Amino acid sequence: MKYDVVVVGTGPGGYVAAIRCAQLGLTVAAIEDDRPGGVCLNWGCIPTKALLRNAEVVGLFHRAREFGITLGTWEADYAQAVQRSRRVADRMAKGVEFLFRKNKITLLPGTGVLTGRNAVEVRGKDGAQTLEAGSLILATGSEPKSLPGVTIDEKLVVSSNGAVRSEVRPASLIVIGAGAVGMEFADVFASYGAAVTVLEALSRVLPVEDDEVSSQLARLFTRRGMTIRTGVTVRAVTPGGAGVSVEVESEGKMETLTADQVLMAVGRAARTKGIGLEAAGVAMERGFVTVSATMETSVKGVYAIGDMTGRQLLAHKAMAEGVVAAEAIAGREPRPVDYANVPSCTYCRPQVASIGSSEAAARAGRRDVTVGRFPFTANGKAVALGETEGFLKVVADKATGEVLGVHIVGAEATEMIHEFAVGRTLEATLEEIVHTIHAHPTLSEAALEATLAALGHAIHI
Amino acid sequence: MITKVLMPKLSDAMETGKVIQWLKREGDAVKGGDVIAEIETDKANVEIEAFGSGVLRRIVVGPGDQVPVGELIGIIADPADDISKVATAPSTPKAPPVPAAAMPSGSAQAGTPVLPAMESYQSVPATTRVVPLSPATVAAAPESARVGGRVKASPLARKIASQSGVDLRLIEGSGPGGRIVRRDVEGALAAPRPEAQAAAAPAAATPAVAPGQPAFVVPRRPEVEFEDVALTPMRALIARRMPLSKGPVPHFYVTSEVAMERALDLRAELNGLEGQPRVSVTDLVIRACALALIKNPGVNASLQSPAAGAAAAGAASIRVHHRAHIGIAVALPQGLITPVLRDCDIKPLGQIAVESRDLAERARAGKLRAPEMSGATFSISNLGMYDVEEFSAIINPPEGAILAVGSVVEKPVADHGQIRIGRRMKMTISCDHRVMDGAMGARFLQDVKRLLEEPLRLLV
Repeated sequence: MKYDVVVVGTGPGGYVAAIRCAQLGLTVAAIEDDRPGGVCLNWGCIPTKALLRNAEVVGLFHRAREFGITLGTWEADYAQAVQRSRRVADRMAKGVEFLFRKNKITLLPGTGVLTGRNAVEVRGKDGAQTLEAGSLILATGSEPKSLPGVTIDEKLVVSSNGAVRSEVRPASLIVIGAGAVGMEFADVFASYGAAVTVLEALSRVLPVEDDEVSSQLARLFTRRGMTIRTGVTVRAVTPGGAGVSVEVESEGKMETLTADQVLMAVGRAARTKGIGLEAAGVAMERGFVTVSATMETSVKGVYAIGDMTGRQLLAHKAMAEGVVAAEAIAGREPRPVDYANVPSCTYCRPQVASIGSSEAAARAGRRDVTVGRFPFTANGKAVALGETEGFLKVVADKATGEVLGVHIVGAEATEMIHEFAVGRTLEATLEEIVHTIHAHPTLSEAALEATLAALGHAIHI
Repeated sequence: MITKVLMPKLSDAMETGKVIQWLKREGDAVKGGDVIAEIETDKANVEIEAFGSGVLRRIVVGPGDQVPVGELIGIIADPADDISKVATAPSTPKAPPVPAAAMPSGSAQAGTPVLPAMESYQSVPATTRVVPLSPATVAAAPESARVGGRVKASPLARKIASQSGVDLRLIEGSGPGGRIVRRDVEGALAAPRPEAQAAAAPAAATPAVAPGQPAFVVPRRPEVEFEDVALTPMRALIARRMPLSKGPVPHFYVTSEVAMERALDLRAELNGLEGQPRVSVTDLVIRACALALIKNPGVNASLQSPAAGAAAAGAASIRVHHRAHIGIAVALPQGLITPVLRDCDIKPLGQIAVESRDLAERARAGKLRAPEMSGATFSISNLGMYDVEEFSAIINPPEGAILAVGSVVEKPVADHGQIRIGRRMKMTISCDHRVMDGAMGARFLQDVKRLLEEPLRLLV
C-alpha cells in the first residue's frame, strides 16, 4: 500500500499529525502497537486526571464539616476510582478512533519499523506488511526510566504504567522523583489514605518550577501528612517479602526506608529502539531524535515529533509539533513551535502551572526584573470556594513590561495559565494585561492583581 | 475557470510595476476580493485583489521583478484546470501601444489575445488601498507590516522601539502577516546604523557648548569625491517624463505681477472667522485659476496625439475641458507629486482650502489614492514659501498649461504718481504652443490677476 504520509505512533503527537495531514488532503496511515491515543490518553495524562479528580472529591468529603455537611460513614473505594479512570481513558481512545474514521485515516495495529526512507514495515499479530510512504512521521513517544540497578517489576516496584492500572492501593508508598508524575501519584495515594514518602535527589520538589512554587507545594504536601525529602540520593531499591526497602543517602548518612510499594518517577526515555532508526541513519543526540524547526530528522522526508525528540516531554508540545510536521509535509510553511512558550502543568492539589522563565532564571539573565505576587487568600472567588492555598506570581522585565514568566500554585492554576500564554504569543506587556478587564469574582483576577503588583500598584493587597 | 492576474495600470503615468510581494503562495486558495499581492508603482504601493476564485496556481512574476503594465503576473484557476497554455502564451499584447491618457484605469487587459478552450481568463486587479510610500519603501523594502499607514507591531516591539528610538516604519516584520515582533526590533538595534554613526562622529569632535546655544559644527566632508545614488522610483519617473514634455511640447511663458493687498486682507479676514477653514494663498490662486479656466477654455485644453501607427498629423485634436481639475505640485523628499483637486470650478473657496490641505498632507504621507494622482486639466506650482520671486514650470502632459507662483514680496510700487510699498506676487504661465497662443495665455493670466486683485469675486 502507498500513502502520502505514514505516522508511526498515535499518541497526542501522532494522532494530531495524522488528522492535520488528512485535513490538508494527504492520504494517511497510522501504525499503533497499543491503543490509539498512546500513553497520554490510555496510561498517562487522561486516566491520571480522572484519578486526581477522585482524589479531589475524597479531599472535599474530608472537608464536609467545613461546608456544614454531616456525613455518616462513607468509603472511598480505590478500585472503583481506577475503574472510573479506565472508562474515561476508553472513551477518549474511542474518540481518537472516531476522528481517524472521520478523517479517513487507516489505522494499522502493529509495530512500525523503518525499512527505508519511504518504507515502513508494519509487524502485527497476523504477519508483516510493507507500506510505501511519501513522508514519514515518527511519534513513538517515551517510556518510564528507572534508576541504574533497579528493575521495575510493576508489582512492588512500579512505574506510572503499573500505578495507573493497579486497583490495589498500597498502605505505604515511596515515590522516587518529585517531578510532575511523582507529585501527582503522591497526591492520589495520599488522598486515599496511603502513607506517602516522596524522595527527590535535587534540593526541591518540582525542580523545573520556580523556587517559591516548589517550597509552597512542599509545605502544603507536608501539611497533608506526606513526607517530603529532598536532596536525597537513592542507593538501592530491594524488593523482599511483603514490601520494598529503599536505601537512601542524605547529607552523608545512610538510611533504610521501607514501604509496601515503590513508584519510580525519575523521568522518561525516548522510545527509539527497534524501529529502524539506526539503519535509516536518523541522527540522535543523548537518546533523543534530532529534528529541524519543521520537525524533519536528518533523513529527508522522515519527521519526528513528541517525546522522542526530547525538550519538554509534554503532550501539548507533541500536538503542536505534529501540526508543524503535517503542514511542512503539505508544503505550507508552518510557524515553528515556540519552545519558550509551552505551559507546564502539574495537576496535584493544589495545581501548579507555569510559563516562561522562573524568577531566578530571569534574574540570572541579568535583566532588571520586577515581580508581582498575589495570594489566593486575597481573592474573593478563592475564599468562596474554600481554595485559598497558593499564589500567582508574574515575573516581568522592568524596562519594557515584557512578561518573562508566570508561576501559579492554586486551584485551577492549569486553566489560568493560558491568559499569559496568549499574552506572550502576542508579545503583550504588563500594561495590556492590566487594561484587560477580568471578570469578578474569578480566580483569574489574581492574574490582574499580580500584574498590577508587578507594576507597583495592586489594589487588593 | 482560469483567471489571469495582470499587472494593473493604476495611474495614467504608470508604465511598469514591480511586485513587492505575494500575499498568497502558489497552491493557496483565493476568492474574489482577497488581497493577493502588493505592487509598487512609480508613486505608491498598492495592494491588488483577486477577481476570480480558485487556487493561485502560478506566480509568474516574483517579488522584486518589474514588468510592463498588462503583463501576466500570476494565474488563478481551479486545481483541475490546465494552465499550461496560459502560462506559456505571450501575455503582453502585441497591439499598438495606446497613449496613456486614452487608456482608462482598469482596462489593462484590453487587447489581450483570447485563447481558445477557456471560459474566461481575465482579471482586473482592483486598487484597494494605497500603501504609504516612505523612504523605506522607496528603497524597495517589502513592508507588509505597514498597511494603510498603520504599523503592525506587537506591544512589546512598540515599547522596545520607543525606548530605543527605533523607527518601526523602517523595520520589516517577521511575525504573522508581517507583524513586527520583538526579534525584529532587536535585530534592527543590533544592525549597524549608518546615520547614527555619522551623527555621532562630528558630535564627538565638537567641543562642549553652553546648553541652549547652537553649536557651530563644521560639516563633515565625505571622504569620497562623489557618490552615485540610485534613482527612487519617483525620481526615475520624473526623469523619464520631463523630457517627454520639455522636448516635444513647445513651451512659451507669460509673466504677470499681481497686487496682493486685497487678497491678503481678505485671507486675513477669512482666517479670523471662527469655525472657518484656514485659507492659503495657494487656495486663492486655485480658486482664481478655476474660474479663469472656465472663462478661458482654450487654456484648459490638451492636445490629443494621434494614436501611434495612425497617419501622422491627421488625427490630432484639441480636447477642451469643461471641468477645472487642478493639479497641485507638492514637494516630497524623494521628488514631486501632483495630486489632483477635482471640480475646482464648482467648489467654494472653503472646500478648496480643506481639500487641498488634505491632499497635500496625504501626498506627503504617501497616502494618496490612485484616482487622485491623475486626470488634471491644469496645474499650479507654488514655490512662494521658498522666497522665490518668480520661476517657470514644465508642463505636465497631457495638460496644456501650468502656472508657476512666486512669493508675495513687499516692494515699491508706483500708484497714481506716488511711490508706496505694495505687496506683489509674480505668476508665470507655461503654455503648450500647439494648443494655444500667447494672447490666450495672457488673457487667462489677466483674468487670474483681476480675480486676485478683486478677491471678493472668488467668493461669489
